[in-house]
Amino acid sequence: MINFPTSSFPALLVALPIFLAILSLIFRINRRAIIGLWGSFLIGILALVSFIEVIQKGTVIHILGGWEPPLGILLRMDPLSAVFIGLTATIGVFISLYTWWYFRAREASKGRFPLFWPLWFFLWAGLNGLFLSNDLFNLYVTIEIITICAVGLAVLSGEKNALKSGLRYLLAAIAGSMAYLFGVALIYGSTGTLDLEHLSEVLKPGKTTNFALIIITLGLMIKKAAFPFHFWLPPAHSAALAPVSALLSALVVKGAFYMMLRLWTEVFEVSLTFAAGQLIGIAGAAAVLWGSWQALLQTNFKLLVAHSSVAQMGYLLMMFPLLIIAPGISSDSANWLSPAWTAGIFQVISHAFAKSSLFLSAGIIIMALGHDRIESLRDLVAWMPMTAMAIGIAGVSLIGLPPSGGFMAKWMLLKGVFLSGQWWWAPAILLGSLLTAGYVFMLLRLAFAPSREINHFRSVPKSLQICALILALGSFLIVIPAENLIQFLEGSESFGSGIQSIVKGGRYGNE
Amino acid sequence: METYKIYSITSVVLFAIGLGGLFLAKHFLRKIIATIIMGGGVFLCLVSFADRDSLSYADPVPHALVITGIVVAVTAAAFALSLARRIHKFSGEETFTDEK
Amino acid sequence: MEMNSLLLLLILISSLIPGIVILLLEEKQVLARNFLNLFGAIAKVVLVAWVFAGYLRGESYTFIFGLAPDLTFALHIDQLGLLFATLSSVLWLVTTIYAIGYLKGGKHQRRFFAFFSLCVTSSTGIALSGNVLTFFVFYEFLTLSTYPLVVHRGDDKAVEAGRTYLWYTIGGGTVLFLGVVGLFVLAGPIYFGQTEIIASLAPENGLQLTIVFFLMLSGLAVKAAIFPLHGWLPISMVAPAPVSALLHAVAVVKAGAFGIIRLVYDIYGVQTSEQMNLLTPLAIFAGFTIIYGSVKAFYQDDFKKRLAYSTISQLSYIALGVAITGVLSTTGAIVHLVHQGIMKITMFFAAGNVAETYGYYRISQLNGIGRRMPITMVAFTIAAFGMIGLPPVAGFVSKWYLGLGAVEAETYWVVLVLLASSALNAAYFLPIVYRAWFCEPEPSTIQPRCSGRWETEALLLIPVLLTGLFSLAAGLFAASTNSPLYFAREIADRFYLHLP
Repeated sequence: MINFPTSSFPALLVALPIFLAILSLIFRINRRAIIGLWGSFLIGILALVSFIEVIQKGTVIHILGGWEPPLGILLRMDPLSAVFIGLTATIGVFISLYTWWYFRAREASKGRFPLFWPLWFFLWAGLNGLFLSNDLFNLYVTIEIITICAVGLAVLSGEKNALKSGLRYLLAAIAGSMAYLFGVALIYGSTGTLDLEHLSEVLKPGKTTNFALIIITLGLMIKKAAFPFHFWLPPAHSAALAPVSALLSALVVKGAFYMMLRLWTEVFEVSLTFAAGQLIGIAGAAAVLWGSWQALLQTNFKLLVAHSSVAQMGYLLMMFPLLIIAPGISSDSANWLSPAWTAGIFQVISHAFAKSSLFLSAGIIIMALGHDRIESLRDLVAWMPMTAMAIGIAGVSLIGLPPSGGFMAKWMLLKGVFLSGQWWWAPAILLGSLLTAGYVFMLLRLAFAPSREINHFRSVPKSLQICALILALGSFLIVIPAENLIQFLEGSESFGSGIQSIVKGGRYGNE
Repeated sequence: METYKIYSITSVVLFAIGLGGLFLAKHFLRKIIATIIMGGGVFLCLVSFADRDSLSYADPVPHALVITGIVVAVTAAAFALSLARRIHKFSGEETFTDEK
Repeated sequence: MEMNSLLLLLILISSLIPGIVILLLEEKQVLARNFLNLFGAIAKVVLVAWVFAGYLRGESYTFIFGLAPDLTFALHIDQLGLLFATLSSVLWLVTTIYAIGYLKGGKHQRRFFAFFSLCVTSSTGIALSGNVLTFFVFYEFLTLSTYPLVVHRGDDKAVEAGRTYLWYTIGGGTVLFLGVVGLFVLAGPIYFGQTEIIASLAPENGLQLTIVFFLMLSGLAVKAAIFPLHGWLPISMVAPAPVSALLHAVAVVKAGAFGIIRLVYDIYGVQTSEQMNLLTPLAIFAGFTIIYGSVKAFYQDDFKKRLAYSTISQLSYIALGVAITGVLSTTGAIVHLVHQGIMKITMFFAAGNVAETYGYYRISQLNGIGRRMPITMVAFTIAAFGMIGLPPVAGFVSKWYLGLGAVEAETYWVVLVLLASSALNAAYFLPIVYRAWFCEPEPSTIQPRCSGRWETEALLLIPVLLTGLFSLAAGLFAASTNSPLYFAREIADRFYLHLP
């Protein structure tokens, strides 16, 4: 690990948002937005430069303060984390832009929400830190920062609904992190190390490791609202302010996914069985079907979008059963690993773009109508064509119609599913697509339908609509550099790697 | 080794009590206390691992972790408490009524 | 990038860019919009003609862009694609002129023309696509860009029709998606024409290949409106006349038929499809659809609905021709792709003209309309004769080849289907012709909406006249070396090159 070239960018990526957060706390409330806007651009540029650094040098590390692990903290930036950081920065900059105009456009929100910018920067620091972390405890700290900031943002509006769903979110998240920390404690007890790299060498299969794996996985499943634990997500995401919902859905839940991906593929190889992967896959398939079905039943736009997040996170879980190679198959012949990884990464990226665009559009609609009942979307196409188009484009990407990023993800997932012979996931994937088509076109149908009232839309600044539209287009544009992106990701050690499932000793699930 | 076992069992029991409380308790305050108890279990488990066979002295890493963990847990608990208070102040509600 | 690849992109861009720019224009900028539309349409025709000429000189045109490992976006020119591209670009030009006249003063023109251009982009994309993935991308894109056109009127009926349309096409798209992924998993990325890949897999993976074939076929059959997947087409007739004309006579439905041709001849290959006995179900369904569509058409009084059911019936001629092995029937199928397009578009234009000028939507209102709108009805009559299969109009040529092919393949029931269908065609088209020319107009005459020297506006009249003449010319000059028939014959010969 020490062999990698060192670079100061990983440290800066965490330090700059923290610095900006503190800076914005010092300034007067009505100056914060300016810091917020320019600060976001600054982080965006920094993320871009670091991305280029990783392209040129490959994986880079930074040892904080010169204290080497195990006592010090080592930050590692490999292509996988670079992609996640880049994604966070891209979405983050657009959401910041949107928020800047959002607060200016709403008379009611002038001077309110003073904590938005500091919390958002702390959240950003937490996300970057999470993607750069290289040990179990650092992951814990960063995800706690993320959780607390996320809840703080979610309750920003101060309304009763937001507060209650925020508290529920917080309690669920604390339970998740406690479970995670318990698992970390067990692992530390049995191995005496927290470093991911080192753990993958010394971790031995056994009861303790299995228990740790189960409890860590459960904790992370709560955090990312995987199927049976998704109860907190729809109310929390729908009650928040529009830009906050976008942040939560597009980026925050991806943090826990990233952790699970890293831990499963890099640490827990020794105790994962085929059945474990299948269980996660079932949770994913159930989330896809349940979430999409629930979305179809909603009458409020934001709740619909939030339920759709549950479903789309389900697609991410369906990548895990493919990563585990059944006993008796050599990992060289597992030609479905690369499609499965590509599917996961593209699902993350395209969902982040599409979902943030949908939530930002929801904000625009609330601004124009004063509420977000779906029935009132009638005649949207005539009055706000740009927003209608953003909803349409983002929705198409969620359905997975070509040539969107969502299409790429579903294509690769389906291909992986067939290549690995686990064809039983295919019906869930396709049925999920159809249900998604159902709720997306329910929105579009209304948007085209004639209105019963005459021009009930208040005007909304064009700039807000452009932000939402650009993000929606982003979910299509990522297909163009797809090949380069995959090549870049292959520089990451874990990308495309599978988990050789053990034959015996796994007591996970129904094994 | 016996002490070690006592610590582990206690920590698991504490964690389970906390988890059960989180799901079963209705009142916000009880739920928050339940998370604190969960945390107590975890930290006890973690700190008990400082006594390692390979070392003649207490392992400092778990202590560092527990201190950090406590700080994080306290922050989260304080935040949860303030949220609960705010809800109570606004609406007088003390439970998630829509939950069950 | 070399010139030839660029040309292919330019063909797509020539309608894509106008589409996007029109969306950014204001509703009031009529002149700029019309200019962009016509400019794009003419540019497309010129570019296609250029490529056509180049192809005849023996140049090859390919554009390849890698998206992901073994996922490539490929455009490639072959004769079949070129034929379809020519058809859609020429008919786009004609329809654009028609649409400008038809929608003059209407609402939401910006949206209409923008999505209209996107539709044509995807339709040409389908024609030019060089592999299965690219085809699928454009096929789905076509679904999406047509939706706003179907619901263009914006009333509840149109929105309901849009919903039906989407359920059919998205459902079909999903099934097609499954089939395409299955094909990729079995055979890797297949470029059109690489039939040897499937042929080499056929002995071992017979069952999987059969499943994939029928998945893809049923996905494509939705757009090709083969029974029982035809339900969306008559309902979508609520769209404005130019949309019905171009999309439901050319772009959308032909995309399905074209896809079936590609699937059978360029992916599986005649030999493999024949050996695996894949074509019989297609032949049966297509044969049934021909009769079913004709019978349903007979009972419609709504002018456009009758044309819609007639489209369903006529489209299955293509599927039927594909399903019968033999050079002659294949030629018939391919040439019918072109002939049916120009004849049906003429009829839709005529129906649109009558509706726009006199407000007549029902066939029972058409008494004596031929005297008031002679040019429109002459064109309609030519097309109707073609549909029935009377020489020398284009339809005769395709039916003749289909019949010959059926005799050659010794599938005599097909000949019976063709004869019965011709009789039914006559039974539902001749009454219209009869009413138009020989019935006395009703005394309570409605004043035509436009007053001018001609029977209706010139912009509405020129297109119908042109396509009417095309239908006649395609039949009259079928024997010449640049007729659709000649090309269809060459394409078919190539498909059967490897056969004994």
